[in-house]
Amino acid sequence: MARTVGFFTDTTLCIGCKACEVACKEWNQLPGHAPEFGDGYDNTTQLDEQNWRHVQFHERTTAKGGVAWSMMSDVCKHCALASCMEVCPTNAIIRTEFDTVYIQPNVCNGCRDCIAACPYHVIGFDEASGLARKCTFCYDRLQANLTPACAKACPTESIKFGDLTTMKEVAGARLNQLRGQGMSEARLYGDTEYGGLHALFLLTDKPEVYGLPPTESAVLPSRNNARGYLGTLVTAALGVVGAVFAFRERGGKE
Amino acid sequence: MIEHFVTPPQWEWYIVWYFFLGGIAGGVYALGAILRLMGDERDAPVARLAFLLSLPVLAVCPVLLTLDLGRPLRFWHMMIDSRTFGLNFKYWSPMSVGVWVLLIFSVFAFVSFLEALASLRSGRPPFLRGGLARAFVTVGAVFGLFLAGYTGVLLSVSNQPIWSDTWALGALFLASGLSVAAATLSLVTRLGRHEQSSEAKLTRADRYFIILELALLVVFFVSLGAAGSRFLAPRWVALWVAVLIGTLVPLALHLSTQRRVPAMLAAVLTLVGGLALRMVVVFGAQM
Repeated sequence: MARTVGFFTDTTLCIGCKACEVACKEWNQLPGHAPEFGDGYDNTTQLDEQNWRHVQFHERTTAKGGVAWSMMSDVCKHCALASCMEVCPTNAIIRTEFDTVYIQPNVCNGCRDCIAACPYHVIGFDEASGLARKCTFCYDRLQANLTPACAKACPTESIKFGDLTTMKEVAGARLNQLRGQGMSEARLYGDTEYGGLHALFLLTDKPEVYGLPPTESAVLPSRNNARGYLGTLVTAALGVVGAVFAFRERGGKE
Repeated sequence: MIEHFVTPPQWEWYIVWYFFLGGIAGGVYALGAILRLMGDERDAPVARLAFLLSLPVLAVCPVLLTLDLGRPLRFWHMMIDSRTFGLNFKYWSPMSVGVWVLLIFSVFAFVSFLEALASLRSGRPPFLRGGLARAFVTVGAVFGLFLAGYTGVLLSVSNQPIWSDTWALGALFLASGLSVAAATLSLVTRLGRHEQSSEAKLTRADRYFIILELALLVVFFVSLGAAGSRFLAPRWVALWVAVLIGTLVPLALHLSTQRRVPAMLAAVLTLVGGLALRMVVVFGAQM
């Protein structure tokens, strides 16, 4: 049943319980890494081949001098214009009938081009299987008309799941509500970036604080093709001219 | 400045060596072709040597690339869609383009190798002559130059900081590839006993390549802007010093003398500098 799905992650509702991380690992049978204990509550540290949801913890000083603690459950954005999909040379990365971005494990050969392309630090290389891995948007659950494990487990409905258009409406309404309550720093991320993300976020700080590129940085790898090849072409011409010049001079002159 | 949050792809030694050897294989072929087309009859042995050298160096490249894959046995997925069995080609993905260029160039390198091998015995090219031979090595040289340069474009067509912050990497790798190829050729030429005149020509050509490479190094850093500050860490500074020694010292030696030992030193330093350049660009952006 084809449909266009999306997540809406409302960071103002996240309590940092990591139920999403646990549910994701349980459903997708991800063993996870050994936890790293730093000076915060974040012992997952990043999205990678084992962590397809990552609850970030951000402590910051507010305008009134108090401490605000914001959490965000990060996930693959399933971009409409996906950098990973753009560079993948084997066509292992496809867009599914749900408009999500999926790495086919039987096609991927582990070249890792997608890892260097993803601007959201999402994809990791799995040494055990030799594959690039990331969130599948619970492709198997979607096919069975089930809610993705993370959204199903979230106790505060910080992670919402539904049709993308519905998610956009919900996100817009929530933004208006918060702004109406005086939370001027509230902002929506994902509406326009990379052709529109399939994981929208309601943030209370600048995107880069959450490891999200600012809107003007949401550009695709292919932007560098034309100028990269052009520079190479000019260099090739100069190099050939230099070689021709050197080789045509009468030998042994010096 | 563009701000991205990218996981390094863990492209390490296999890739560094591929970039280095691909530059030599493609560059040496191109130099051989230009020597054959533009040089005189005394250059024929060195042109032949170039074709004899290109294929063995090239042969290592697909091995390195395959070993670098997480699933080496699926290397063919790069060329053939494993689900439809149609051909895989994405002109906007340099990795996809590169795989095909590598394949097509190896046909040219193989034929030219066989021809050079045969002419070593008979003294003249056995099956490709006249205009056809010239056209063949010209097209082969175009693919060779592409192979020497596209690796930089491959890095740039990503969102990895440093690599994607500049458009000059393909140009830089090509200039360095040509220089390293000239050095390789003159080193092998000097180890054997070939025409002095051809050696002098290679040295002269390498001067231009080194000057081109130095100019592109400046362009590279200017285009990086503030992003280039990443290279200020001591280990990267050390590698950049190796790059500079591998360009400035050979250039000075080329300009000052034609004696045997300095010329060989210049060639060795050029090779070391070329490898250091690829190391610092590949590792420097990922660590």
